Amino acid sequence: MNDTLFFEGNGSEDLPAFLSALYKKSELNYPKFFKMDKLCKLGVLASELMIRTTTGFEEVPKNEIALVLSNNASSLESDRTHANAISNKQNYFPSPSVFVYTLPNIVIGEIAIKHKITGENAFFVSEKFDAELLQSYTDILLHTKPTTLAISGWVNLDGQSVEAFVYCVKNLNFKQENTPGINRDEHLHNSKNIQHLYSL
Amino acid sequence: MSIYIIQKTYNTYTVYKMEVQEIVTSLKSQIVEQLNLEEIKPEDIDTDAPLFGTGLGLDSIDALELIVLLEKNYNVKIEDPKESKAIFASVKTMAEYIAAHTK
Repeated sequence: MNDTLFFEGNGSEDLPAFLSALYKKSELNYPKFFKMDKLCKLGVLASELMIRTTTGFEEVPKNEIALVLSNNASSLESDRTHANAISNKQNYFPSPSVFVYTLPNIVIGEIAIKHKITGENAFFVSEKFDAELLQSYTDILLHTKPTTLAISGWVNLDGQSVEAFVYCVKNLNFKQENTPGINRDEHLHNSKNIQHLYSL
Repeated sequence: MSIYIIQKTYNTYTVYKMEVQEIVTSLKSQIVEQLNLEEIKPEDIDTDAPLFGTGLGLDSIDALELIVLLEKNYNVKIEDPKESKAIFASVKTMAEYIAAHTK
């Protein structure tokens, strides 16, 4: 966080253990976390740490905050778990708490619930990380009322492949749109910068 | 013989009480595991405390999960949905319902 290493796993734990350890380190104190699937845990922790370092986040009205996330594997981990639960007709006990996570945009829902965010949201599934898609859709929202701040990124989970990249972008000039000057979000929020941050 | 009958009556009552108590103990572990209550230990669950609202603070998805738990682990189905509120009032009421409906 803020260019310093916040947490490092021991390298031998599995993903659930890593996420639990990061949760404890984060002092999230949010029991609902344990009911989430792994993709949601990943998205909630990543966004939580990013939000904590975002100056002025709490001052932004919740209906002005948009969430734009993307990934490649959709909700495949929970889809597989659910598929296994219903594969045996003689032992057919699908779990409601697994089934509710068989959509990727539930990640957005969990983040929104955690932070009481009520703005626009969208979840995109694409073959690979698509900086242009994130930039263009987020910019559309940032130039549409009431959105003034967006949390965007890529939260992907498929077996051993785990990635969480989230960033926050503000439209600093939105409320002074008639004021001459540089629209900073257009300069900084471009696909090249997003791709660079993702690649770090 | 009369002593035997009294003992039998007493034993029957004792067996029933133990069955409910055993179910309570099992239920607490199953609830913690099934509902992923990782910060709660089975022994922390108050047998008489409300499962929803206060107490464990379970939600609607948890309620569905408890219905599956009864069916999967005890082969007990809730015939009348109107009974759900009373059945899932606490671990004790769940255990009593299981004891009364286990075939």
